[in-house]
This record gives sequence, C-alpha cells and structure tokens, in this order.
Amino acid sequence: MTPELMEEGTRRREAYARRQAEIAARSGDRNAAYGRVLRAGTPDFAHGVALYLDDITVSFDGFKALNALSLAINVGELRCIIGPNGAGKTTMMDCITGKTRPDSGTISFGSNIDLLRLAEPEIAQIGVGRKFQKPTVYERLTVFENLELALAADRRARAALLSRLTGEQLDRIGATLERIHLKAEAQRTAGLLSHGQKQWLEIGMLLMQDPKLLLLDEPVAGMTDEETERTAALFLSLEGQHSLVVVEHDMKFVDQLTQGRKKVTVLHEGSVLAEGLLADVQANDKVVEVYLGR
Amino acid sequence: MTPTQSAFGAPPMAPKGSPRDLGGVASVPAKPDPRRVLRVAHWAGVGTALLAVAVGLPVFNLVVPETSALHLSGFYVSLIGKILCYAICALAIDLIWGYAGILSLGHGLFFALGGYTMGMYLMRQIGREGQYRADLPDFMVFLNWKEFPWHWALSDSFIAQALLVVLVPGLLAFIFGFFAFRSRIKGVYFSIITQALTFAAMLLFFRNETGFGGNNGFTDFKRILGIPIATPQMRVALAVLSGLVLIAFFVMSRAIVASKFGRVLQAIRDAETRVMFSGYDPVAYKLVIWTLSAAMCAVAGALYVPQVGIINPSEMSPAAGIEMAIWAAVGGRATLIGPIIGAFFVNGAKSFFTAAFPEFWLYFLGALFIAVTLFLPHGIIGLFRRKGVER
Repeated sequence: MTPELMEEGTRRREAYARRQAEIAARSGDRNAAYGRVLRAGTPDFAHGVALYLDDITVSFDGFKALNALSLAINVGELRCIIGPNGAGKTTMMDCITGKTRPDSGTISFGSNIDLLRLAEPEIAQIGVGRKFQKPTVYERLTVFENLELALAADRRARAALLSRLTGEQLDRIGATLERIHLKAEAQRTAGLLSHGQKQWLEIGMLLMQDPKLLLLDEPVAGMTDEETERTAALFLSLEGQHSLVVVEHDMKFVDQLTQGRKKVTVLHEGSVLAEGLLADVQANDKVVEVYLGR
Repeated sequence: MTPTQSAFGAPPMAPKGSPRDLGGVASVPAKPDPRRVLRVAHWAGVGTALLAVAVGLPVFNLVVPETSALHLSGFYVSLIGKILCYAICALAIDLIWGYAGILSLGHGLFFALGGYTMGMYLMRQIGREGQYRADLPDFMVFLNWKEFPWHWALSDSFIAQALLVVLVPGLLAFIFGFFAFRSRIKGVYFSIITQALTFAAMLLFFRNETGFGGNNGFTDFKRILGIPIATPQMRVALAVLSGLVLIAFFVMSRAIVASKFGRVLQAIRDAETRVMFSGYDPVAYKLVIWTLSAAMCAVAGALYVPQVGIINPSEMSPAAGIEMAIWAAVGGRATLIGPIIGAFFVNGAKSFFTAAFPEFWLYFLGALFIAVTLFLPHGIIGLFRRKGVER
C-alpha cells in the first residue's frame, strides 16, 4: 500500500463523513426520501415541499381570478400572502381546498397527492385545514362540542352514531381549550362568543383536526391588538410542526409573523407580483404602485 | 372532591389526577355522558306517556261505563289515534328540519305511500265482500281488469306489505335524497322540489291506470289480520299501537340527537361548509336522517289508514306536507317534544273549531298561526324554557 493510496483513502473517508454530517444536519431534502415507503392517501413530504401550485388559472365569466399562479410552500414553513382586494387570495384557497376547480394547472400536496382529484371532505381528511375569512363555527353548539366535532376521528356516519370520547381525546380537547384561551367558555354556546373568540375557536377547531397544512384567511380580522399579538404567538408556536399559509391585510401582524426573516408573497391580479422579505417587498416599486395606485 | 350533580344534569367533574382530569385544566366542565339518552325527568315523561296510552286509553274507553263522566267516547279515541299518527310525522319533520336544517314540504308523499301500502293489504282483506262479489277490488272490476297488476303481487301478505311500508318510501327517499344532496340543493330550492315531487305523485295516483283506485283511493275496509276493523276494540288497539310507535320513535330520536351523529347534523344546519372542510361528508349524514325521517312518516301513514278507513291522493297534496311543517313550527323546532305538542295543539284546535264554529274555523286557524309566529318564535315549547338558560 503506497502512501498516495493511503492519503487518497483518508481523503475519501473524510469527504464521506463530511457528507453524512451534512445530510444529518439538514432535513427535508431529497436525501430524506431515501428508503422511505410511500403510502397511498398519505402525503409524502420527503422532498421538503408541502404544497405546490403550478400554473393555476381560474376564470369567472372571462375574468381571470387566478392567472398562471405558481407557488410552493415548504414543510413547516409559515408563509404570509398579501395583496390588494381582488388579487385572488381567497380564490387560491378555494382551489386548494377543493371548493373551486381551476381551469388549468396542478396542485399537489406533498409530492404524491393531486388535490384536484379530491372532494372537500377528502382534502380536509388528508390534512389540509382551512379557516374562513368570516369566523365560521357551529353557533348553536357549545365550544366543547365544536372542538369535539373537529377532533380527528372516523368521519363516517355510522361511526358517529356510536362514538364516545376517550380519555386522550378529552385531554386533547382540554389542551386545545387552554391553548385558545377558551377553557372558561367550554360549555357556552359558540354563538354567544365575541368575534375575536370565534376566530380563536375556529383556529382551535383546525388544530383539533391535526392538519399538516393550515390555510388561514385573515385570521386576525376584528381582533383587538392584544388578541392579535396572542394569535401571532400561537402561529409562531405552530411553525415547524405544520405548514401555515396566512393571508392577511394587517401589515403589523405580518411583520410580527415574519420576524424580519421570512418570505412574504405578494399576489396581484391572480399571479405572484413579488416575493421576498417584508421590508424588501414593501420597498418594491411595483408593489407600491399596486397598493397606492398609479 | 365530592361528585355532585349540576343543575343542568351534567355529570360530576372528574377528581384531580384521574384520567379525565384535563392536565390541570380543572375548570373544563366534563361533557354530559352521551350514553344517557334520557335524563330522569325524561324517563318519567316517557313512563307517563306509556301509561296513558297503553292503560289510560283502553280503560277509559272500554272499562269505564258509558254513563260515567270519565268515559272516553269512541270519537275521542279515534281522534287521539289520528293525532298520534300526525305527531309521528311532526317528529319526523323535526329530525330533518329542526336538527339538519332540511325543510321538506313533501313528507305528505311518504305518509301517503305508507298508507297506500297498508291500504293494498286492507283491500285484499275485503275478499269477495265487495259490491261486485269478485276476487278483485271493486275499482279494478269497474275498470274491467281481469287480474291484479304486478305491484299487487305481495298485497295478500301482511308481513310483506308491512315491510314494504318502510321499504318503498324509504327507497324513494333515498334515491331522491341522494341526487338532491349530492347536487347540493339546499334551503328553499329543496323545499320547492319536495313540493313538486309530492304534487307529481298526487297526479300520478289520481290516474286510474296506476292501479291505486284513482281519485277515490281505497276505502270500505272490512278487517285486518282477519279481525273486523270497525269495532271499538280494534279502534282502541290501533290508537294504542300508534301511541307506542310514537313513544318508541321519540326515544330513538333522542338517542340519535344525543349522539355525535346528532351534533354533526346540527353542525350541518349551522355551517355546512365548515363541516365539509372539517372532513365530514354532509351527503351521507343528510341521507341517513332524511331516509329515516321518510320511513317514520310512512309508518305513521300505515297506522293512520286503518283508523280513518280511507286513503286517497289528497293525502299527497302539497298542503298536507305544509301542514306537517306547521305542526313542527308551532310546537317548537329542534326540541323533539315540541313538534309532538304542536301536532296535538293544532289538530286539537282544528277539530274544536270545526265543531264549534264550522264557518270560521279557517280564520281561527290563521289567527293561531299568526299569533305563534309573532309571539312565540320558539314555538309553544319556548314558553316553558326558562329565560337566561342558554340552551
């Protein structure tokens, strides 16, 4: 064995160890997929992308609500989407959740699930939760019952007839009640809650579903400053465990969420106008023009 | 910590440290036990109703002598029997309208289909005692038919017809509901379609070729299960049976409403899109309760026909279906007991007014509905609900 060969061997061994350390340090790229088994109906996030919209176009009577929109949300990412009224933010959510069928384009959840082939309840079951712009809770049921119905469980009618809550499920409801600051209101009728509390309840219902991707349409509309801050803290605590897409007008809230280091996407006339840090985006001439008018 | 019963019947809270203790969140009130379909007060009510129907009716009608002031005349027995059938319909309407938010104005159709199915059997029981002394019912002889049409094939068997009472309207409701709910037809559009459906069926049953006796329908029944039908004993027996069926349906409805299934139905009523985006398929839930409701109405119809002795297409008129919705609304929706009270109240008032003021009874009835709409938004039952109690 020559010294050259030994040196070469050491070099290779070190390079290999370096590469392994590098792989161990990062998560969610293609190496993570190595040796993983794909299951039908379970989204595969191994490539690090939770949601991928490609070239989505939706038109209503000739008006293009979404115009060749492409967007990718990473696993565990918290992405804020801003844009003037009519930019297509709600239509985008409708497409993702199955409410609206796009004219063209593809939407995939993870790398293997085509959301365009599924109906709304199925999309919800595989892990996409959606909060509406107007808080939508079951007004005549109690806060507790609202959460109980949202709890991830068998959704079939026969199962619901015989369903009983287990100890763990009660624990989960209790923990969520605490998280959304509604434990004192557990047995109140949801219709009697304040607007901000209803927003919180709806967020709590989403959490009970245990979704992998959360779509939040103006979650702090009608909330007080204190409630807004608490909401921001809640969303930041969810970051990493869930992917979050937050559509919001309130720039202060967006600033709190992005913490000056996360990407913001600006939608305009149905496609992405700009993407980048909030400060950069706000300094962007095109964005200023769109928001302030020419 | 001593377990105590709260005023609203919630079970005692779990002691600290038990599996039900929500991680130190001791102020979370535990959920009322879903297995307990009825509370003590409800069981007492159901027991009283059972006693009144199964013992009260026969005793006061058959045992107490006619000269006594306590005697219940045959007229009242058949009136009560009829109203008990109506109450089943009101209960069926409440399940879909009060709890699932589906307003059907076509339940008269299911009621009449149940009635016709039972009527076919009763026609066969007449045997050769009709006007024409023939094997076929009189209307078929009149039409010069020589044999029974295909859909009368099983009409000789009580068991077959009793099954068909539930199966035929149930299947129709299932198919209709499947397409209507899958197409997401809701609210007033759904109500209008149910009206159209019952109206179309009425026109169909008016035709002689359909084989259901045309506009005369079926009447002149002689016996049921070989027992003469027009006796005081049979009258009481049928009324008692109607009452028992009503009570059984009530307990069943309570169980459904108290289950998670019932809460999903209410969620569909309040926010259907939220239900869908929570991963439930509302079509399945609506279809189950809709079909069940139709079958309940059909059973009511089958009990009704031997008591009144006639069934004709007017039972399918759109007005009949609207009336059922009125009973439920007057009594109080989403309460189960309210619609039963409503059926008794409206029909009791109707029979009182028609006897006391035959020319004005429609005005009285109209005034009654206006009064309930204006002053009792939660129906009669709303009067008894304490103010300040949220639920």
